Amino acid sequence: MLLRIMKNNFLFSIGIIVCSLWIVIALMAPLITPYSYLAQDLAHRFQAPSSLHWFGTDSIGRDVFSRVLMGSRISLIAGLATIILASIVGMIYGGIAGYIGGLADEIMMRISEMVMAFPGIILAMTIAAALGPSLYNTLLAMVIIWWPNYARVMRSMVIANKENEYVEAAKSLGASHFRIFFNEILPNSVGPVLVLATLDFGNAILLFSGLSFLGLGSPPPTPEWGAMVADGVLNFNYWWIGTFPGLAILTMAVGTNFIGDSLRDFLDPRLRKEL
Amino acid sequence: MGLLKYIARRLFFLVFLVIGVSLVVFVISHSVPSDPVLANLSQRNIDNPEMVEAFKAKWGMDKPLYTQYFIYVGNLVQGDLGTSIRTQRPVLDDLKDYFPATIELAIFSIIIAIVFGMLFGIISAIKRNSAMDQLIRGISVLGVSVPSFWLGLMFLLLFYVHFGIAPGPGRISPYLKPPVEVTHLYVIDALLAGNWSLARDALWHLLLPGLVLGSFTMGLITRTTRSSLLEVMSLDFIRTARAKGLTEKMIIMRHALGNALIPVVTVIGIGFGNLLGGMVLVETIFAWPGIGQYAYKAAGNLDFPAIIGVSILISINYVVINLLVDILYGILDPRVRYH
Repeated sequence: MLLRIMKNNFLFSIGIIVCSLWIVIALMAPLITPYSYLAQDLAHRFQAPSSLHWFGTDSIGRDVFSRVLMGSRISLIAGLATIILASIVGMIYGGIAGYIGGLADEIMMRISEMVMAFPGIILAMTIAAALGPSLYNTLLAMVIIWWPNYARVMRSMVIANKENEYVEAAKSLGASHFRIFFNEILPNSVGPVLVLATLDFGNAILLFSGLSFLGLGSPPPTPEWGAMVADGVLNFNYWWIGTFPGLAILTMAVGTNFIGDSLRDFLDPRLRKEL
Repeated sequence: MGLLKYIARRLFFLVFLVIGVSLVVFVISHSVPSDPVLANLSQRNIDNPEMVEAFKAKWGMDKPLYTQYFIYVGNLVQGDLGTSIRTQRPVLDDLKDYFPATIELAIFSIIIAIVFGMLFGIISAIKRNSAMDQLIRGISVLGVSVPSFWLGLMFLLLFYVHFGIAPGPGRISPYLKPPVEVTHLYVIDALLAGNWSLARDALWHLLLPGLVLGSFTMGLITRTTRSSLLEVMSLDFIRTARAKGLTEKMIIMRHALGNALIPVVTVIGIGFGNLLGGMVLVETIFAWPGIGQYAYKAAGNLDFPAIIGVSILISINYVVINLLVDILYGILDPRVRYH
């Protein structure tokens, strides 16, 4: 299927190629970086891109190219962790709300709307600033603002599925609520949530790099792309310091969004025939 | 009657929203290891227990959490958002100062996003699968994928530093005096005062941050317009219109577009919410004196009264805009019933 779609869709192919490339880079990063991402060389700070340093060097003489390559690991992990954890939280929350129904459902959904109305980046900033800047706290903040979307989709799926005959059948066989929920309803409801989560991957990377830009990710020596762009803003006269890490964020986000965009078209039956 | 009831119900939700939002920040602010005392007092004052006590008493931090919260809500009902720990001014006054800059930028960006987003989307749908379509889809994906803080940096490096054609950061050039404040939106105030050059300068300063901030929403609108128009074009009434022998242009303008724009309106609501969130990053890059920067500084200093104030303001905006969108939705699509 993958090859068939790739043959007909140019943007999708680019997305697959770019993402595969980043995954390979992330896996092999320590082997292919020409310098250590931490090695300082004060004698050669602010070097413009050259054959020695492809992306130049930063304010303390570290090789920007090596840091960009190493940074792919953190971005990929952060994006993955966020959508996985947030979709698990959302699925459980939305699943329970939809299954119980009634007043509990009403209250739970109002709470999720409240989180959605809350300015996400400010909430994340507050959480991260309050807990202290670290990778885990930033991820925690992202999960807290990210789950409600999944909860809403999950809830509507559960509500639709709990009327099905096989649920009725399980009930008449005397299955417990726990069993009905986990064995019958859950497996039939997770599909759309997983699709949504996949499509969100690029957005998660963007939000993470934004928070990291604001100084809320891991503390300094860690090569985070957002923080490296912030370094580029501080050293405004040396364009390469911020440009290349930003390009890395852009290509990763573009790659995932090309895939997501094409998948959306493909999964929408009304638009499918011409893909 | 249905509509009025619906609006009343949604506005009623606002009350809970304000309570919820303030409660969330309150709980965060008091259940975390970080200490506003440490963030706001100098080291010498921290070593002085009397100073610390006085600081805590001044901000009500010596009382139990629920008491503090009730005091806060009591003040909130009277329109008092408390005093910012960082600026030492009433939060409401701070917000009044910073919010207009944000709103001016937000309105400008959303206009850019709507105009270009719809235009691109329509062209893309009409010329489906052509090279033009692929190009526009590429641009729209770029729009939703580009990190705004980086795009801002690139724009400043290119157009301000390198080519010198764009103005630098800020709302107006440093040598100009702001207009007499009527609406607090500089472009409009300058126009009201008849000061054309000032209006142009202010508009010129809006251009780069506006483009950066609007890029995500523009991509979103392009995508939605395209897929929505394509969907409508496959419906029966369009086939009927074709059978009548109407030209393709007539079909799109008279029959398809109106129906296709309904989902786009929803996306504009989402986009506007996103815009207000994205403010923090864009305002930081362009030194734009709005609530995004204010919130950023507040978070860094654990200035919780200010953070709660900004959060309430933005979430109210978000809810009101989505309410407006829903009402507009009903006007555009008579099939919608409010309940």
